[in-house]
Amino acid sequence: MKAGPDARGRFGEYGGRYVPEVLIAALDELASAYAKFRKSDEFRKALPAYLRNYAGRPTPITLAERVSQDLGGARVYLKREDLAHTGAHKINNVLGQALLARFMGKRRVIAETGAGQHGVATATACALFGLECEVYMGEVDVERQALNVFRMELLGARVRPVASGSRTLKDAINETLRDWATNVRTTYYCIGSVMGPHPYPMIVRDFQRVIGVEARRQILAAEKRLPDVLVACVGGGSNAMGLFHPFLGDASVRMVGVEAGGEGLRSGRHGATLAAGVPGILHGQRTIVLSDDDGQIFEAHSISAGLDYPAVGPEHAHLHDLGRVEYTIATDEEALDAFQYLSRMEGIIPALESAHAIAHVRKLAPSLPRDAIVLVNLSGRGDKDAPQVREILRARAARKH
Amino acid sequence: MGRIGECFTVLRKRGERALIPFVTAGDPDLETTESLVRAMLEAGADAIELGVPFSDPIGEGPTIQRASERALRGGVSLRRVLELLKRLRTDTERPLILMGYANPFLAMGERNFADAAAEVGADGVICPDLPPEEGEAFYAALSERGVDGVLLASPTTTDARLARLAERTRGFLYYVSLTGVTGAREALAGDVEARVRQVRAISDVPVCVGFGVSTPEHARAIGRYADGVVVGSAIVDRIAAAASPGEAVDAVSAFVAALKAPLRP
Repeated sequence: MKAGPDARGRFGEYGGRYVPEVLIAALDELASAYAKFRKSDEFRKALPAYLRNYAGRPTPITLAERVSQDLGGARVYLKREDLAHTGAHKINNVLGQALLARFMGKRRVIAETGAGQHGVATATACALFGLECEVYMGEVDVERQALNVFRMELLGARVRPVASGSRTLKDAINETLRDWATNVRTTYYCIGSVMGPHPYPMIVRDFQRVIGVEARRQILAAEKRLPDVLVACVGGGSNAMGLFHPFLGDASVRMVGVEAGGEGLRSGRHGATLAAGVPGILHGQRTIVLSDDDGQIFEAHSISAGLDYPAVGPEHAHLHDLGRVEYTIATDEEALDAFQYLSRMEGIIPALESAHAIAHVRKLAPSLPRDAIVLVNLSGRGDKDAPQVREILRARAARKH
Repeated sequence: MGRIGECFTVLRKRGERALIPFVTAGDPDLETTESLVRAMLEAGADAIELGVPFSDPIGEGPTIQRASERALRGGVSLRRVLELLKRLRTDTERPLILMGYANPFLAMGERNFADAAAEVGADGVICPDLPPEEGEAFYAALSERGVDGVLLASPTTTDARLARLAERTRGFLYYVSLTGVTGAREALAGDVEARVRQVRAISDVPVCVGFGVSTPEHARAIGRYADGVVVGSAIVDRIAAAASPGEAVDAVSAFVAALKAPLRP
């Protein structure tokens, strides 16, 4: 399978650059700088060294023995992105982009964040490289994720609350694009997922591919063969793309992306873009979006802020069209159960995002033969979600009594 | 030639510059927008830019974002904006131009939208997040139906691209005066005149300047070298500040007259 995108930044009919004219030159500059960066020592030597010595890569794969036994089917392996610095796969992307920003001579970095994970990762990389950092975050999220706001400030970033629209992630992205349009000559936009105008979906994918490259080598070493199924959660889709991409040419490997089912597709409160969306244009890309008949974008909903996005990266939309990757959903309820399940069974508290992937493995593994291998991306750790889950469980216990 | 082309031909002959005020359709409601547009035409507007509200307008500053939110809360949709334009068309021959983001237009379907725009009598469409490379089918569909696809150029646009945009735009070229989003500003950006003259040197296409144009003094300064000015946020601010629709119409009417005065020969 060709890596894509094509010369116009397209994955099939998705992708492209749907941005105001003022950003066109900046995207051209970014694309040509990135091509040079790929050939530089910064990319070839410095980035792998930072990934190893700073981020703690390679992250291991762990055979989830009790889970495998309990589900009574396939052997389940976890790719342990939760063990990377800052607690999730986000660091892979921001180290790459921060080095790219420095390579381009940009001293100011801006980013959007939903729950704060990408914001914290960006603030971390900017502290490491001595770059000025500003993070846009919806007012609602600033309130919900006060601890992450503090972490970003501790790391030297300035957090800018966004009061427009739904005051969540999609509005934070809008506001970051507006800042970039204003300060385009001096500022680097460090986008958090495989989304946005070309070349961002390609750049973020390339920086996240390390997940799948390592996992492929590790599973071959452990099992002497490729896995049968890969599973990962999909919001914008960067952890899934990072895992899947190096396996796309392996026809025997099934891949499943798990979107946020929220309160169920019928409720209308979900983030299941590929299950319920339509082709459309948002945040500079043509992709699948959640929108009404008039073309207005819906607010997404998920128990996990990282999957709470009313679109999906354009390469996922393309892989969905091709049928190369299957996409399914896990509801809030299923994710909440899986969060507790993995904690008790393996001593690993998963991020609520990753718990969606675990929830699907619980449905999938029992239907597979005992010699099948499932590799699931444990994209982040759940410490950040512990207070929220505690609240939910407490409220339920109180209702029961 | 469409109404936009005729408008600039006539104005150029008279040595006059165009004033193109912008309002968001449905802010605060469609009835008020209808009164505002009629009043602006009465007060000297040469054409009207009618904003189609969108949930995620990445090119807009706070003023027009909020106008868009108010309109959407009031239930305004692209179809209802088209109906409004049809009503306005019954008593004016001056250009009526739709401004909106790509998703609502494309959700209707390129051809359906172009049919509808032509049918209600729209003269032009400005779509800030649909550059010509991505919008080939869209702009072709408009063009086939005699509706002008107005393209934008900006301070970061390269010289080679500026020439291409000047060639491909229809009606006029919309020059964005600054790097950034819409919104009233105290002072005008610096190098606008040089870029407008650059277009002049290679093309006959009329050039209008917008973004940040907020006062009659700004209009006068731009009128020295450009074919027209677009004023948006400064008008929307006056609508938002008014205590009643009647007051909004009076305030905007007086403001439009003041903006137009320095653009006359």
